Amino acid sequence: MIAAHLPATVLWALAGVFGILIVASGLVALLVRAQPEKDHTELRQRIRSWWVIIGVFSAAFLLSHTASLVLLAFVSFLALKEYFSLIPSRRADRRVMFWAYLAIPVQYYWVGSAWYGMFIIFIPVYMFLLLPLRMVIAGEVQGFLRAAGVLHWGLMVTVFSISHMAFLLVLPAAGNPGAGGAGLLLYLLFLTQFNDVAQYVWGRRFGRRKVVPSVSPNKTLEGLLGGVATTAVLAVALAPWLTPFDPLTAAIAGLAIGAAGFAGDVTISAVKRDLGVKDSGSLLPGHGGILDRIDSLTFTAPLFFHFVWYAYY
Amino acid sequence: MPPEPPARPAAGGGRSSRLLKLLFFTLVVRPVVLVVLGLNVRRRERLRTPGPAIVVANHNSHLDTLVLMTLFPLRQLAEVRPVAAADYFLSKRWLAWFALEVIGIVPLSRTVRAGDADPLAECVRHLGDGGILILYPEGSRGDPERLAAFQGGVAHLARRCPEVPVVPVFLHGAGKSLPRGEALLVPFICDVFVGESLVWAGDRRAFMTGLDGAIRALAAEGGFPPWE
Repeated sequence: MIAAHLPATVLWALAGVFGILIVASGLVALLVRAQPEKDHTELRQRIRSWWVIIGVFSAAFLLSHTASLVLLAFVSFLALKEYFSLIPSRRADRRVMFWAYLAIPVQYYWVGSAWYGMFIIFIPVYMFLLLPLRMVIAGEVQGFLRAAGVLHWGLMVTVFSISHMAFLLVLPAAGNPGAGGAGLLLYLLFLTQFNDVAQYVWGRRFGRRKVVPSVSPNKTLEGLLGGVATTAVLAVALAPWLTPFDPLTAAIAGLAIGAAGFAGDVTISAVKRDLGVKDSGSLLPGHGGILDRIDSLTFTAPLFFHFVWYAYY
Repeated sequence: MPPEPPARPAAGGGRSSRLLKLLFFTLVVRPVVLVVLGLNVRRRERLRTPGPAIVVANHNSHLDTLVLMTLFPLRQLAEVRPVAAADYFLSKRWLAWFALEVIGIVPLSRTVRAGDADPLAECVRHLGDGGILILYPEGSRGDPERLAAFQGGVAHLARRCPEVPVVPVFLHGAGKSLPRGEALLVPFICDVFVGESLVWAGDRRAFMTGLDGAIRALAAEGGFPPWE
């Protein structure tokens, strides 16, 4: 049977996500009708892209864990490609980048075989050694250090970080008897994306003091604190269904996701500012590129994973 | 000395080659262009001209043609034909077969001597049939991601078909994915910026300046980092 690999609580949570999406679509439709003179294109595109993202993710999620791993590997590929297309690179780096792309199927293979030891060192150690070696073979020394750093950083952010979401799926069921790894992944994804929205809403409503004016002038202290607090409350509320956390642990997880989500967001903002672009791409209308969407996850995924790993496995 | 183009069936090929073309573009070209590379197209609607058109682009990679042909719907595939150097694409037997039957190129001789048959005859005929031509006035793929001076052949064609719009397109990224002289494809997102169409107004120099300016303006729009 389809979705037999998913616990009932996870299926309910997924249904809840679709419920929120339907409500959001309805609210946007009402807003468009109430203010027909305003341009709502971006908001409508944003909601439409959310349908696509959540639709594709749910389809893979319901199909099998393998399908989810393949989808996450594909997300890593899209993000790495976006990153490589944005950064200034040298012709000599072409082959090095090809090796970096090859790291994606290998990394997700370690995930698929649940080999934690290899999963956790492959990119930080082996790719860290291999990429400069390939660059030495290419022989171009002009700009060597910068290229070595920039290429490996991209691999860490788009492949290593994101693959932590996939590893949640292969965790033994014993650590989270109710909802399993799938529950933990859904918890992480939902709270991270919710935190983005919560920080935005708090910032718009109460934002006064800028936190990182040179990187992201719209980010405020009020938005950050309000968002983190709201995320922590929601983390406590959702924990009994999707996680093995007691309320205190859930609150800590929520605070960590909120704070790391903010850090990931502004880090990718700083990168975009450095490169002189507003959006990382144009793949998701209303959002920008894929990196614009997963920016917070690049930080929350590894942090949440290791929090769970340390406490429960 | 470049070989003469061999005798071959009329434009578009037979039914079997049309099927082959459709299969090749559906199963190979589209997945490679849309998934492995990924497109970022600005103002695609400018390519939806009702009648014939000459699409003029900068040229850095064999992928350029596949990218440009992907911008058109599959049912229009038979109408879209790239103009390609006869001395290169017809030099080997299998390459000539592939270029003519699967891609559907219009072969063009890059060296014309007095007394030769009209080199643009097939281009003019294709436009007359309402078709779309893809033309690279740089003449060759050249250095990766660098714009070379335009050759004047496009002006001859525009002069002979003054009612056909010339649509300038700037491509960036494909030249990094598969530059000249490399066989390994490395994925990069391909940017496609479509400009406003130009028409022949009677003066060759004004036309070439306008075209060159249009492509350079499109290139400046991207603010792309240098690629050494």
